[in-house]
Amino acid sequence: MADTRNAGRPLSPHLQVYEKSLTMTLSIVHRITGVALYAGTLLLVWWLTAAAISEPYFDMVQSVFGSWPGKLVLFGFTWALIHHTLGGIRHLVWDTGRGFDLRHVEMGARLTLAGSIILTAVVWAIALGVS
Amino acid sequence: MLKKTPLGQVLGLGSAKAGTEHWWHQRVTAIAGIPLVIFLVIYLLVHRGASRAEITESMHNPIVAILMGLTIANLAWHMRLGLQVVIEDYVHTYQTKYALLLLNTFFAVVMAVAALYAILKMSIGL
Ligand code: HEM
Repeated sequence: MADTRNAGRPLSPHLQVYEKSLTMTLSIVHRITGVALYAGTLLLVWWLTAAAISEPYFDMVQSVFGSWPGKLVLFGFTWALIHHTLGGIRHLVWDTGRGFDLRHVEMGARLTLAGSIILTAVVWAIALGVS
Repeated sequence: MLKKTPLGQVLGLGSAKAGTEHWWHQRVTAIAGIPLVIFLVIYLLVHRGASRAEITESMHNPIVAILMGLTIANLAWHMRLGLQVVIEDYVHTYQTKYALLLLNTFFAVVMAVAALYAILKMSIGL
């Protein structure tokens, strides 16, 4: 039987063939932050229902969020929320058919990352500074 | 010749039945999410370290209560649609996939109903 395999045929490249880029990383980060925020809504709803239940229960939940590990989780939640929102806006711009050339894709990625870091820092400066 | 019934042609849906609607709802909830997330972050900042009484008091304002209700409801729908895609992308065994899709829906509905209950209770003092 003839060998039908052709070693010279073009292969569909897989992920590890490409040079790593910021845009690739942000693509998966949008998904990761989406899933993390999904879990994070549990915290938000826990806090809201606690406020509706009783004083001691709400104080307990507040002290959990006020603790060091609690604050760390909230910090992560803040960054994920802001990053995913900015990334989401980037998706919405793409949906209008705009911004697909390399220069704009690259610029959007940098703006999203820088914007999420700066805005998270601003939110936490307010949160920690004045309380 | 088009192998579709007249009804099928009018509806214009493929075998998946709901693809464009899913995509569209993801966008609608994303657009609505932008102002609502801004509201949420500002609300949480203003009420950081607040007592239960202060949170309850804030919900007496109908605008705050309605915005918070919209925020959670919009979010629940958005994240249900979003996680559905993630599950469909990665889970390919029939039973596990449908079990997770069901859990996904249940989780989103429970989150929305619990939050709306809490908001209503505080807002009108049930
Ligand atoms: C706590 C709030 C949020 C949660 C839990 C959440 C959750 C998710 C999840 C799980 C996905 C699916 C990710 C994927 O398929 O890779 C997703 C996608 C998306 N999210 Fe969010 N999201 C939130 C807020 C927002 C906001 C405020 C925006 C506003 C712009 C937004 C815009 C989008 C868009 C446009 C997509 C679709 C991306 C795509 O087609 O790949 N999300 N979200």
